[in-house]
Amino acid sequence: MSLRTDLQIISEWIKPGSRVLDLGCGDGTLLHYLQETKQTTGYGLEIDDENIVACIKANINVIQTDIDAGLSEFEADSFDYVMMTQTLQAVHYPEKVLNEMMRTGHEGIITFPNFGHWKSRAQLGFGGYMPVTRTLPDEWYNTRNIHLCTLRDFERLCSKNNIKILQRTVVDHAHRSYLGMRLFPHLLGEIAIYRFQRK
Amino acid sequence: MPDAIPADSVGLVTPQTMHFGEPLLLECGRTLKQYDLIYETYGELNASHGNAILICHALSSDHHAAGYHSMDDRKPGWWEACIGPGKPIDTDHFFVVCVNTIGGCQGSTGPNTLNPDTGIPYGPDFPVVTVKDWVNSQARFGSALGIEQWAAVIGGSLGGMQVLQWSIDYPEQLRHAVIIAAAPKLSAQNIAFNEVARQAITSDPDFHQGRFYDYDVVPKRGLMLARMLGHITYLSDDAMRRKFGRELREGKINYGFDVEFQVESYLRHQGESFIGKFDANTYLLMTKALDYFDPARDYNDDLSTALTHAKARFLVISFASDWRFSPGRSREIVKALLDCAHDVSYAAVESHEGHDAFLLPIPYYLDVFQAYMSDVKKEISP
Repeated sequence: MSLRTDLQIISEWIKPGSRVLDLGCGDGTLLHYLQETKQTTGYGLEIDDENIVACIKANINVIQTDIDAGLSEFEADSFDYVMMTQTLQAVHYPEKVLNEMMRTGHEGIITFPNFGHWKSRAQLGFGGYMPVTRTLPDEWYNTRNIHLCTLRDFERLCSKNNIKILQRTVVDHAHRSYLGMRLFPHLLGEIAIYRFQRK
Repeated sequence: MPDAIPADSVGLVTPQTMHFGEPLLLECGRTLKQYDLIYETYGELNASHGNAILICHALSSDHHAAGYHSMDDRKPGWWEACIGPGKPIDTDHFFVVCVNTIGGCQGSTGPNTLNPDTGIPYGPDFPVVTVKDWVNSQARFGSALGIEQWAAVIGGSLGGMQVLQWSIDYPEQLRHAVIIAAAPKLSAQNIAFNEVARQAITSDPDFHQGRFYDYDVVPKRGLMLARMLGHITYLSDDAMRRKFGRELREGKINYGFDVEFQVESYLRHQGESFIGKFDANTYLLMTKALDYFDPARDYNDDLSTALTHAKARFLVISFASDWRFSPGRSREIVKALLDCAHDVSYAAVESHEGHDAFLLPIPYYLDVFQAYMSDVKKEISP
């Protein structure tokens, strides 16, 4: 089975037999992969009808809900990992969601497009317009991404909320990693992947 | 009447009756010494008996869930949208069983059947039956059919409540529980509507304290009012607006009290057509079963505790405009299942149709249902 590299990286971080919650689980690819390879159990949360049908077809437990409405249906510390891939930038209340992740899960895993990538900086800095890149392909007026951030922004938000970052890695739009990117993640990383927990 | 039976229908079906001589102890403390259950089946039971699906029906429906009784039938069974070859409850793969509840009026032992002790209809002497009683009788019925474990138990509304009760009371005997447009117990508002319906029936002079059979009459006005009231709660405000608006039957106001608005005509038609089809005593019993339903009651009023030992996988579905059992009520069930870390999926279907939506062929609803049932199908051993 081929899997996007960011999902591959996440699955390497996850201990076998864990209970996981995937916020904005899409068509269930990651959860399905984790179930097959790591014998995880748990749920995906998703809002889109088509994705719900895809998850059910893939035998994934999926709950149709709006993440912005909170995770009140889940008790504290219900999961080993609460994950959110490529969704942070699309929620209305990222800080609230982050804290909910830390309430319901022992560890959190988040991936998001790095707005501090050099191409974004160049387009905004020199071009004077909102960046349109491979990881952020929509125009400012029709994007669902309303809370874009850089690596530094995210790390500041974590520190403000007493969240300790355990692991960070960056990949490019094709979810590959190379040396330059590892040396200059803020500038060259297109997608950021974090694992974190409460301090 | 169908000119020809549609290819995706189970076609012509004939109800069967099973007699039970062994007494059934009811929750109210009384005992039914013997009873009959009327049921229909669609599809074939396979060699391992592992492909059986039990359908639980709602308040005013019955065992006739799909197909036609004769080519003269105006309409097919009540869940034709979901049961049939290639449909979510695929009769090419599943053996589907639907049984009329005890206390019903379509052939199972109920108020309108003869009490063997007296030789006259039970009428008001029929014991008050509960969802738990129904589930017990269905479990016994399943054993009689040779079914040790249902591949799935499925129901909407009051049917969904039976499914929930099944998952709690007989955890080993079902692999999947599909609960549609239901609630874990009625709200005060739900009970209030039921009480008005019961008052309409019992205050009808033709009700005769439930002994109307002896007088060869039917409490028509009461039954009709109960049904009209019910129908208001089955539809959403939006659905009524779309269906009828303020449309006038004769195109003008007549300044009188006859039927003028189309919605009045619709309600009266629904009420009148119910009179010949449904028994007033059964209506009282069914509404009571609804009011009393509260599986958490035996578990310190905690639904999560009630569901601790459930083993089934669950699919819960709600409909946006359903105000009888709103999506929030379904989520109470989901929450309890999440607390127990049980396998559950939940779909919130956008629909303008109100509570009745669960009977309608809404594309997303059918897609979710079909996807889930195809998983159920995959697990079946031949």
